[in-house]
Amino acid sequence: MRTVRLSIMGFGAVGQGVARAILQKKDYLSTMDIEPIVVGISDRGGACVEAGGVDLEAAIERKQKTGSVAASDLTALDVIKDIDHDIMVDATPTNIEDGEPGYTYMLEAFRHGRHVVTSNKGPLALKYSMLCDEADKNGVKFRFEATVGGAMPILNLAQDALAGNSVMSIEGILNGTCNYILSRMTEEGLSYKHVLGEAQELGIAETDPSYDVEGIDTACKLVILANSIFGMDVTYDDVDITGITKITPESLSLAGAEGMVIKLIGEVRDGNDGIIRVAPKLVPKNHPLAVGGTLNVALLRTDMAGPICVKGKGAGSIETASAILSDIIAICKNRC
Amino acid sequence: MIVSMDLELKDVPGQLVRALIPVSESGANIMSVIHHHDQRTPSGAIPVQVVFQLTSGQLDEIIDNLEDNEMRVVSVDKKYRLESVTLILIGHIVHSDMGDTIDQIDSTGFAEVVNVSISMPGIDKPSSASIVISASGKSELIKAVGILKRVAGQKDLLVIEPIQTDSLR
Repeated sequence: MRTVRLSIMGFGAVGQGVARAILQKKDYLSTMDIEPIVVGISDRGGACVEAGGVDLEAAIERKQKTGSVAASDLTALDVIKDIDHDIMVDATPTNIEDGEPGYTYMLEAFRHGRHVVTSNKGPLALKYSMLCDEADKNGVKFRFEATVGGAMPILNLAQDALAGNSVMSIEGILNGTCNYILSRMTEEGLSYKHVLGEAQELGIAETDPSYDVEGIDTACKLVILANSIFGMDVTYDDVDITGITKITPESLSLAGAEGMVIKLIGEVRDGNDGIIRVAPKLVPKNHPLAVGGTLNVALLRTDMAGPICVKGKGAGSIETASAILSDIIAICKNRC
Repeated sequence: MIVSMDLELKDVPGQLVRALIPVSESGANIMSVIHHHDQRTPSGAIPVQVVFQLTSGQLDEIIDNLEDNEMRVVSVDKKYRLESVTLILIGHIVHSDMGDTIDQIDSTGFAEVVNVSISMPGIDKPSSASIVISASGKSELIKAVGILKRVAGQKDLLVIEPIQTDSLR
């Protein structure tokens, strides 16, 4: 049995999902000779540390009762630098201004010889190549399947399962909130504002929805796809972005009369006619990209395998944790 | 551009070939010829309908050539129907001079707006329209959509294009 020591930075929905996944999958992981031990967890309020393994159920309970997991004076950076562990899981929220605090956590983790698994798009959308260089320099792995499409495998699909293929383009719906809003507007003929309010009430949209509805979240995911799958060197500023705030119910009904729906589509294409763009697009109703609800979907065009389409849940606590766990297992198997 | 031309030919041998030569020599691709022997005009001429695809040649030159050879060109119908695309426009479509928006496509000579459906929910509210553009070929259609996007950008209109579906067929 190989013991794998982990830290979890950020203990919101995603961080707690990771803790739950580790609890739930203990027996499954032991069949793979992996014994995960979480030696430190931190959130905005502080950190808790236990070299023999933090009691994850107690940590979740403490977070829910007190609002913080903190049980010591240590900070996240103290845990990353001073507590010996193998993999740092960064589940801090995305910040598209400067990528912090995730960016510094990742750099420090690399410098202290820790592999990094993250669900945080900000640092990758802003400073992808610097992070990869730092990981390489320190001989550690850097995996981020959870940053794009939540539970839906896309990075590992392109890089592992489709290895040997050249991916020519990827297009898809990479933001469940926008998909929910447009799907509801289409089905009910309701206005954008009305459906946004409904989505906020259901917890599908944030109080400040701009990150989702203006296409910023989709753009960050495209940057990660462009850099990691297409080997581009682009940042968030290179993406041509149009959101969904101007979409009217009448436009959806006119599209419907032509047998089409409107979806917020992210698109990356390599080569001379290369593009990296987020925009509302007309999608034929019977096309694989025409999925409803909060689903995410991606269509990869490859040279040998042809078109490959994946769809799945793009967000959610345990769904995102599923992608993080797959990265942790990949590092443990040392096959990345 | 697809051209449908109605001619009236004299009932003497060799007239049909003489009528088709100017069309063929202009580089046009003749798609269909219908010789209406049974529908003679009161003057005894035979109506002929020729449909051809014109990519580079000048239609005026073809008509002049035919008329110089004493053939009567009764009617000419031009259609840009080789490639078409449906797009959605959102914004103050009418008040930003919709006629001008359409003219900018129609005046290209290789594309035209063939259908517009518009929905105006209320004064001061943005309108929505579905617009169909036809063009004489794929590259012309791409150019026409580029023109529409440029004009729409100047008028603060949002253009929603279809995804590319070719490679899934």
